[in-house]
Amino acid sequence: MSSQVHIKRDTEGRQETPSSYAGVSRSWLRTALNAIGVQNLSLLFALALLVIVIGSQNPNFFLVSNLRTIGTAISIVGILAVMQTIIMLLGGLDISVGSAAGLTSVVSAMVFMTNQNAGVSILVALGVGVAAGLFNGLVIVYGRVNAVIATLATYAGFRGLANLISNGRAQGYTGTDPIYVFIARGSLFGVPVLIWILVCVAIFVHCLLRYTDIGRNIYAIGGNATAARLAGINLNRYIVVCYALMGLVAAIAGIMLTARTGSGQPTSGSQGLELQAITAAALGGVAMQGGKGTIAGTVIAVVVLGVLQNGLTILNVNSFWQDIAQGLLLVAAVIVQQRRRGVRAVGLP
Amino acid sequence: MQNVSKGFAGVQALRDASLEVRAGEIMALMGENGAGKSTLLKILSGAHKQDNGTMLVAGNVQEFSSPDDAHAAGIRVIYQEPEVIPHVSVAENIYVGALPARGGLFSQRRVVECARAELARYGFDNAIDAETLGRDLSPAQRQLVEIMRALIGEVRIIAFDEPTSSLSDVEAERLFELIGTLRGAGVGIIYVSHRMPEVFRIADRVTVLRDGAVVQTREVSETTQEQLVGLMVGRDLSGIFHRQAHEPGDVVLAVEGLTTDDVEDCSFEVRGGEVIGLAGLVGAGRSELAHALIGDIPRQAGRILVDGTERRIANPGDAVKAGIGLVPEERKAQALLMHRSVRDNICLTVLRKLSVMRVVRQGSERALAQSFVRRLNIRTSSIENPVANLSGGNQQKVVLARWLSPKPRVLILDEPTRGVDVGAKAEIYDVVNELARDGMAIIVISSELPEILALSDRVLVMRAGRIVAEVPGREATEQSLVALAMDHEPVTTKELT
Repeated sequence: MSSQVHIKRDTEGRQETPSSYAGVSRSWLRTALNAIGVQNLSLLFALALLVIVIGSQNPNFFLVSNLRTIGTAISIVGILAVMQTIIMLLGGLDISVGSAAGLTSVVSAMVFMTNQNAGVSILVALGVGVAAGLFNGLVIVYGRVNAVIATLATYAGFRGLANLISNGRAQGYTGTDPIYVFIARGSLFGVPVLIWILVCVAIFVHCLLRYTDIGRNIYAIGGNATAARLAGINLNRYIVVCYALMGLVAAIAGIMLTARTGSGQPTSGSQGLELQAITAAALGGVAMQGGKGTIAGTVIAVVVLGVLQNGLTILNVNSFWQDIAQGLLLVAAVIVQQRRRGVRAVGLP
Repeated sequence: MQNVSKGFAGVQALRDASLEVRAGEIMALMGENGAGKSTLLKILSGAHKQDNGTMLVAGNVQEFSSPDDAHAAGIRVIYQEPEVIPHVSVAENIYVGALPARGGLFSQRRVVECARAELARYGFDNAIDAETLGRDLSPAQRQLVEIMRALIGEVRIIAFDEPTSSLSDVEAERLFELIGTLRGAGVGIIYVSHRMPEVFRIADRVTVLRDGAVVQTREVSETTQEQLVGLMVGRDLSGIFHRQAHEPGDVVLAVEGLTTDDVEDCSFEVRGGEVIGLAGLVGAGRSELAHALIGDIPRQAGRILVDGTERRIANPGDAVKAGIGLVPEERKAQALLMHRSVRDNICLTVLRKLSVMRVVRQGSERALAQSFVRRLNIRTSSIENPVANLSGGNQQKVVLARWLSPKPRVLILDEPTRGVDVGAKAEIYDVVNELARDGMAIIVISSELPEILALSDRVLVMRAGRIVAEVPGREATEQSLVALAMDHEPVTTKELT
């Protein structure tokens, strides 16, 4: 009985009004609000608050160069968070993305050093990423291993592998190759390429989730796996392919990392990316149980996190505090989510 | 003299049921699936709270707000599925929550000694060792652990919910002896069972429940099996739902020797335009048969033919392609995406067909959802309304719409009207009849016999994973079906086995 009541409350809280049904009489403001959604609105509000507080403390925050810094800083974690959203919508989790990014970063630089061909090195790195993701997916589906455990294992494994092949040191130098330089510092229409990559990945995934049967099936699997299975959706295939795609995106992140630093980095720069990506997705309203969440929410949350980090840096806050802030934020985001679901259970879930 | 009488005026599950159990007697509780036996036990154990009515133990009014209260009052309920902690010993399982401890420390040895003594007291020391781990126990031994657990402390009333369903004959015999011992010790016993011979063997009195109300309490010595079946069924709903005869065409679905873990050697045919009822007790394998048909449970043997061609059905996706749809038993757990819209829920099985280059054409999707909302009269503010906001009956119609949208050749409906109000029920029956007229082959699984009788052209009765009888719809009566399902001598039917 009680669960029914909670479900009701939940849906009333964030009922999305149909765009086609909205009718012409509704004001554009209302339509806009509905398009954005309650959760996203509170995030945008938090973002505005952050900008005001940080900006009033240090006006340099608004410099174009600083905005570009924020943009390029969030691009790598951004694509990971976007793809992590799909994984979490399925009801899974991928903790190994940071390690996979480190591994592919090293691979891209090492392959580049053997033949000085950026294209080949990027393709090899992407292949390694897909293989890493595929491995996760196969272990989860066919080994019936809990996703957290499986990717926790590969979190350690991929990192170890990266350190092993690189002897734990930065590898190669890509700082003179035009392609890598273009990725790292190039601009199109005044916007850095790194940001373009984030925008492209986000739009692609958004359209996939919103407009294709694949996306709708992903929501169905996370919302009620039994129902999805009985409706004839091949759960195993979806899970394996999505983890492989996660690996692909981790490889893109690794390549961006190589380009930015000019060398293959086994751990530096990739460490902690998984935490940031999961925090962003949770903050953006993706339910840990799956089935609920949007790319728009995740992207806004990525921006909020980026601004927060940048703000703490330019306000000279000790960087260790940033880790603490991030941890607290993750817990707070999930607590808010659970409250909205109406979970009032005592003891273990 | 302990005297329990209970009265409730619940919504539907239980209506003004009164029950009296005396110290030192065995009271059998009988009734069809859904008659309210489990609800009654749950209220007795404090798991649910009654809306109305009072409960008296030994003449004192009791208010149970939790199972602990019921326990303290000396009431124990032993459920059908025993809860045993797998990784600890039998002794600890018996004393769980009440481990004998001294000064906050508990001694493994002392617990085992206590458990051994208790087991010996009831004559079970040969059947089970106190140091065995929970996971190594047989179903019967698990039941024993549950019973021993119930005997700790002061016990006035013990209720058994179908205790023999997982026991062999020898073990059941043991259990009857124990129950006899308990009766001798002045404990009041409530014994829920579907098995007539058991009831006549051990019970002193029997109370029959039907549709949540007590029909009658009788002395066992003054009643017969036929009388009990009559009391359990005894309603006349023929005036409410008229059975419509359909005109069966060619064979659409043919099943040959289907065998899985739970279902054995099931063969039958369903013709186009024919409605087949699948009757049987809960646990007889009806739902398992349905899931096996759509490839959701691995098949060990058997063939499935649709329109005369054998189809390889290894997963529910294959079943959709082969034209077999299943409206599952539990709409919330197995069918609905509660947070998603009516449109989303209806179109789930046909998204691919509605897509061009994998992009879902939202116009055709909306049109499809709209057409089903109209056709099935689904009451919702719009097709974008989350299904969680709909009533049970309308949710069920959404699930039905999902399975009608791919236009299946065979439709399996598992408990299609569970938790649905009478109005929606009649609408769902109308839809089933209409589908049959259009030539679909339909299988209806239901624990409500009037539903089976109202819809079916033929009724298959399942018992213990097998199809044990086939009865033409016009000859079937509730009495005959109950008798067949319960392995009681048939009244007016031909048995197939």
